[in-house]
Amino acid sequence: MSAAMSAVPLHYRTIAELAAALAAREVSAVELAQAVIARAAAVEPRVRAFNSADPADALAQAAASDARRAAGQARGPLDGIPIGFKDVIAVKDQPLTASSKMLANFVSPYDATVTARLKAAGAVLYGRLNCDEFAMGSSTENSAFHPTGNPWDVTRVPGGSSGGSAAALAAGEAIATLGSDTGGSIRQPAALCGVVGLKPTYGLVSRYGLIAYASSLDQIGPFTRTVEDNAIVLGAIAGHDERDSTSYRAEIPDYRRELAARRGPWKLGIPKEYFGAGLDPEIGAAVEQAIAFYKAQGCEIREVSLPHTQYCLDTYYIIATAEASSNLARYDGIRYGHRSADAKDIVDLYFKSRAEGFGAEVKRRIILGTYVLSSGYYDAYYLRAQKVRTLIRQDFLNAYKEVDALITPTSPIPAFKLGEKSDPLAMYLCDIYTIGVNLAGLPALSLPCGFTKSSLPIGVQLIGQPFKEADLLAIAQAYERGHDWKLRTPVL
Amino acid sequence: MSLSSSSYEAVIGLEVHVQIKARSKVFTRVATGYGHEPNTLTDPTVLALPGALPVMNKAALDAIIKAGLLLGCRIAPVCKWDRKNYFYPDSPKNYQISQYDQPICLGGEVEIELPGSARNVMGEHKRIPLTRIHLEEDVGKLNHGASDSLVDYNRAGTPLMEIVSDPAMHTADEAFAYLTSLRATMVYGGISDCDMEKGQLRCDANISIRPVGQTKLGTKVELKNLNSISFVRDGIAHEIKRQLAVLERGGTIVQETRDYDGMTGTSQSLRTKEEAHDYRYFPDPDLMPVVVDEPWKTRLQAECPELPFAKQRRFFEQYQLPYTLTSVLVWDRALADYFEAAATAAGAGKAQAVGNWIVNDLLRELGAAKLELGQSKVGPAQLAALVKLVDAGTILNQAAKEVFVEMFATGDSPEAIADRKGLKAAPTDSNELEQWCRDSIAANPKALAEFKSGKDSAINAFKGPIMKAAKGKANPKAVDETLRKLLATN
Repeated sequence: MSAAMSAVPLHYRTIAELAAALAAREVSAVELAQAVIARAAAVEPRVRAFNSADPADALAQAAASDARRAAGQARGPLDGIPIGFKDVIAVKDQPLTASSKMLANFVSPYDATVTARLKAAGAVLYGRLNCDEFAMGSSTENSAFHPTGNPWDVTRVPGGSSGGSAAALAAGEAIATLGSDTGGSIRQPAALCGVVGLKPTYGLVSRYGLIAYASSLDQIGPFTRTVEDNAIVLGAIAGHDERDSTSYRAEIPDYRRELAARRGPWKLGIPKEYFGAGLDPEIGAAVEQAIAFYKAQGCEIREVSLPHTQYCLDTYYIIATAEASSNLARYDGIRYGHRSADAKDIVDLYFKSRAEGFGAEVKRRIILGTYVLSSGYYDAYYLRAQKVRTLIRQDFLNAYKEVDALITPTSPIPAFKLGEKSDPLAMYLCDIYTIGVNLAGLPALSLPCGFTKSSLPIGVQLIGQPFKEADLLAIAQAYERGHDWKLRTPVL
Repeated sequence: MSLSSSSYEAVIGLEVHVQIKARSKVFTRVATGYGHEPNTLTDPTVLALPGALPVMNKAALDAIIKAGLLLGCRIAPVCKWDRKNYFYPDSPKNYQISQYDQPICLGGEVEIELPGSARNVMGEHKRIPLTRIHLEEDVGKLNHGASDSLVDYNRAGTPLMEIVSDPAMHTADEAFAYLTSLRATMVYGGISDCDMEKGQLRCDANISIRPVGQTKLGTKVELKNLNSISFVRDGIAHEIKRQLAVLERGGTIVQETRDYDGMTGTSQSLRTKEEAHDYRYFPDPDLMPVVVDEPWKTRLQAECPELPFAKQRRFFEQYQLPYTLTSVLVWDRALADYFEAAATAAGAGKAQAVGNWIVNDLLRELGAAKLELGQSKVGPAQLAALVKLVDAGTILNQAAKEVFVEMFATGDSPEAIADRKGLKAAPTDSNELEQWCRDSIAANPKALAEFKSGKDSAINAFKGPIMKAAKGKANPKAVDETLRKLLATN
């Protein structure tokens, strides 16, 4: 196997391949880390996926991994695998900035639960990855530090908010990455960068140590090159955490083994509301071909309706901003983070620190969220949005009485040019196919399903049932097995 | 126009914050405590670091449910959490996790006793209805320096109950009695130590006045910083007077929050209604609602102790104790327990004597030695032994006082002390006693004549000289019996 793979450079291999190579001592964790570090050094000037990185620390972790392996104490498929983190997930003694001036100098004194779990699995944590400020955006242009280029065309956006996580993986600057998804922030950049991105069921992965944007919608999930790799990383981070009250007590299956055990055929639903105006024809055609593939594999394809889809965007921007307005109140310049240098008194300190520390989109959402929670408006906005949210979830659950999963486009458009979308509302429309999933708390992933004529990746979204990630991944792998999109890499 | 206080009545509602005695904070495992180095009782959750999350401490919920059961509240079937949003440096998240529209305890009441006509007369009892009790987290503490302010987050996240009464009190005395009773209930239930100096009990008062007979409430003023029970009484009395004076001047009461300064006895406006916060309450998405089921409540109900007033009523019935004793004994659970143990050990008919010893002697000695009851060397069994010896006439009352002081100092048994110090009464069959009696009768023919003519109390006139001859050691029972025997044959 390793002979066949030798054409692929280390930094573009999968976790499964590298785990085998590490186990066979064909490569060391240090060599692998060096390869990833070298690749990042070569392409970062163009991709700019990293906010910061600590190569010496990564090499030390890799050396520790090699030592464990030499001692016969290797910890499994992730031992020695370099994984990059979106800069909203806490890693002890590493910067944690949320790509915001507010936290530009903040270093986390503690590990997120996913961090602790990946460390325990032996992963080599490398790179703090760029994103939209506080995970608010769909292009990573809202980063206070710099935009990130899409590796397939660095004049285009990688999507967002987890754009750095998608771009770093697509550019070979990591073997897997973690992102967070509140309204599509993993799936949309995965689609735009041509990688696999999973948003797990709400509650499957602990949020402890994830900088909160909208607590009832946020989930951490993996970006990987393949579905199998995604199953490996998910297996390492999923499961109940006593530090997160919203984390679900569920038996976590061996997702990787389940892939082989679940071979369909499945009943797949096509929500008619997801194929309307605004969908790029090339993306529509690619998704139709994916549907045709499943049909050819013996899957039953059925049109379903999610009648409240039209309310998803409004509902999302009420609930997400309401929660954000409260979640971001802690960034006040008192205990940590940016503090204005010339404040006269405490109120002035709050005003100036927050005015200077937050970018325009963050301020827009805090103001919107503050408004919808205000006395006299709460019932009309927040309370009503929560009721609509219940209806949206019910739409999905009704559909699941007929089908196992839903298949839709991930993004209505492929990667667009940096600076192209200056209107916030136009930007919000990038998430129309992904937002409903967060409101309903469902698992969903984006899978590469082709390229546009101008060689930009296209993603198809598969939406699963609550806590049935094993089925969702198996359905995705059935498509992946019949296609070789993953073999393509961008020219950088 | 002149207004008199008799044509107006005050309406008072109290909002009392009580810190729950819990080992760890309400939403994280960090220990609670008072007087530690600043910012040592913290963790990512207490400090609201990016990414930190709250997780509910069930012990705090136990405590508030127990408080609710003690006060007769209805316990909500589900405990739900809300965020109260406002910016202040003592609040690390700039929102406080609290309960808004679904408090864990609803209704209930606090029984109070108003001052009686004299110290030894029981006052009128009332039941002050409660609106609600909810659970929330305490905030940190600001320490203001000359040029800067420092924040200590050790207190932040300490479980805190807010107990809200109906606007159902009318005098400062009622408010004082309410707080006294509420505090005793919390201490009895082991829910809080309610030490106001440590901020474990804090009180805000809502006060309005209205013409007597009017049912509509007047404009309320919230009085803050009433940080001792006396300040609560003084502050409320002051505020009622202030409001009457405003009306007397022809002014109108402004809805506002005022800060009371107990040292100077004055208050000043903090903010008016227009400046009130919009707290933007909404359900906290980080915390799941907790279902409070029947077995949970039943378990806590079993831990609820008898409350002071109920105990007082039982002490009247069971021990026939007078008000003056019960009003001291029942307010301290340990003291009441001590009494019951000693009364039981002393046996029937001696409860009042036991009570007297505790209230008059034990408390005096403890106070003088600055000791807690638990540190007393005289336990209930030893006190009961002393009471029995006195009752049997083995130790005379006057000598017993001395014996008790020695018991308190040494912890020795009353018998041993009386022997050691020669404080036991003289033997009852002594010929000497009979001789003293004969001498005394012979020396007082007037009393003898009176006794013979049917005046029984004349017998007492013989006892003084006998006691004097016996140097106080004669057993009064034996003296009485001997005299009667001799007088019958005289």
